[in-house]
Amino acid sequence: MSADAIPSSQAMTAEPSRRDRSLDLVGIVLSIVTLVAALASFFPIYWAIITSIKPDGEVISGSNTLWPNRITFDSYIHIWNNTNIAIWYVNSMVTSLIITAAVIVSSAGCAYALSQLDFPGRRLIYMLILACFMVPMQALIVNHFVLMAQFKLLNTWAGIILPQLIVPVVIIVYKQFFDSVPKEFREAAMMDAAGHFKILFRVYLPMNWGVTAALAIITFIGAWNAFLWPFLAATGEATMTVPVGITQVKDAYGIVYGKLMASAVVAGLPVAIVYLIFQRRVTQAIMLSAGVKG
Amino acid sequence: MLRDRRREYLTAFILVGPFVLIYGVLFVWPTIQMVMLSFTKAPLIGAGDWVGWDNYVKILTHRLFHTASWNTAYFVLLTVIPNTLISLLIAMAVNRLNGWLQGLVLACFFLPYILPVSVVFLTWNWIIDVQYGLVQGVVRLFNGGEPASLTRTIPLFMPTVAFVTIWWTMGFNILLFLAGLRTISPEIYEAAQLDSAGRWRQFTRITWPLIWPVTALVLTIQLIAQLKIFDQVYLFSIGGRQDATIVLVQYIYKLAFQQNKGGEAATAAVLLFAMIIILSVLQYQLLRSRGEK
Repeated sequence: MSADAIPSSQAMTAEPSRRDRSLDLVGIVLSIVTLVAALASFFPIYWAIITSIKPDGEVISGSNTLWPNRITFDSYIHIWNNTNIAIWYVNSMVTSLIITAAVIVSSAGCAYALSQLDFPGRRLIYMLILACFMVPMQALIVNHFVLMAQFKLLNTWAGIILPQLIVPVVIIVYKQFFDSVPKEFREAAMMDAAGHFKILFRVYLPMNWGVTAALAIITFIGAWNAFLWPFLAATGEATMTVPVGITQVKDAYGIVYGKLMASAVVAGLPVAIVYLIFQRRVTQAIMLSAGVKG
Repeated sequence: MLRDRRREYLTAFILVGPFVLIYGVLFVWPTIQMVMLSFTKAPLIGAGDWVGWDNYVKILTHRLFHTASWNTAYFVLLTVIPNTLISLLIAMAVNRLNGWLQGLVLACFFLPYILPVSVVFLTWNWIIDVQYGLVQGVVRLFNGGEPASLTRTIPLFMPTVAFVTIWWTMGFNILLFLAGLRTISPEIYEAAQLDSAGRWRQFTRITWPLIWPVTALVLTIQLIAQLKIFDQVYLFSIGGRQDATIVLVQYIYKLAFQQNKGGEAATAAVLLFAMIIILSVLQYQLLRSRGEK
């Protein structure tokens, strides 16, 4: 450690640190810009919520205040009393939950068979799933409608549910995860003379509990949000789901915007809550569904 | 041994049974029916005479089909590339942040994505409302002090709906980009900083090439998704001149459910089907070549 080494090492550290400081200033500005952009992105949601708790007079006064002068839940009471929103809620909840359960159970079973068992037709089924990935469900609306009409299922829960059971990505994701379960687990279970059903439900599914949760959450959100098919399948007000119902009855409201925003808030609430509670699972599910194993 | 195998088959059939039933009845059968229907002159419900390729000739020369194709292409153009670039920019900005601030900012950008389309529609329809909408303040600046309807003025319709769509769906792309950015080792940037490479050079030489596979993925996912656009375009066009802003799925909807032309609607559906399958195969090839690298 000679004396002349000290100045040179100072020079070495001083130079980057000056750059760091100037970078920091740019960094702070960037962070502030990012935060402002994020708040701007959130603003429409905020504005919908705020509008829904303003009195009608204030909504159309043109003053557009960022906070209500008087908070009122009149709009919510109005939609509760004057629309079928409670029925739509039940329809949405029931159909979404059944879709989620049916998709998860049938996909897990099919994926287990594809991944762990050898049987005739295995390749054919796999090809079918891949084909299904490419087919736009929007192109099938006409024939889904015809089929549901033949089954006399239009304007029923079953009619809303059935075409929405086609979610091939869930099978693909399950198969990937079942493929990566070490064979020893299955062999150990086989030694205990456990059947395949037991292995699936006691070993494979519990081992991939997180994946199941992620897939179930994203399937539920997708089913709750579905618009096109429920819009076609449910034409009577008594069988509509929430996202369809709230776009169909605006004329009955009179001064509308407060009430429309109240119905929008009510419609978005379940998925927003699910997202806020299960943020990490939702993120994981999106990565998985895009083919990025996260 | 043979009994074991038979048991395995039986188990497999029970496990794939529900899948085969669901996909057979609700996917394979309607797809076959769609192709059959496209060659007949049938109403929405009921049988019709076999007319061969007549429907295809009719649809392909139908002016409204051309309008719908152009509008769909225009919508794709207005959404796919801008959405990808904005999402990448935001993902890079979010990636710089740490801790709770990152969580908060990401949630703000992502929250719109999980909302139902009708909530998105109602919210923005209120914001752009001609009489009381917030946006009219800005519109007045550009329109000589007069308010204007952004969804009833035909040239503004697609850009407006595209803007709302980008706001709604960018959360998905941001997540994919963030995951991609996190796989880039910070050491590469540190090395670049030692070579005193500026931010722009770091972006063009490191971030952009390394993130390109994700960009390609995001572009193709969106391309296919936006070709199937219906919900927002339909909702914003209610009460307006729907034929001027019609898109492909809406065209199928109109033929089938408003004009009761089941055969022609099926033909249009087959055409959309073909377009998307071609693009999906291209996407699959693209992703596979990425996987092999």
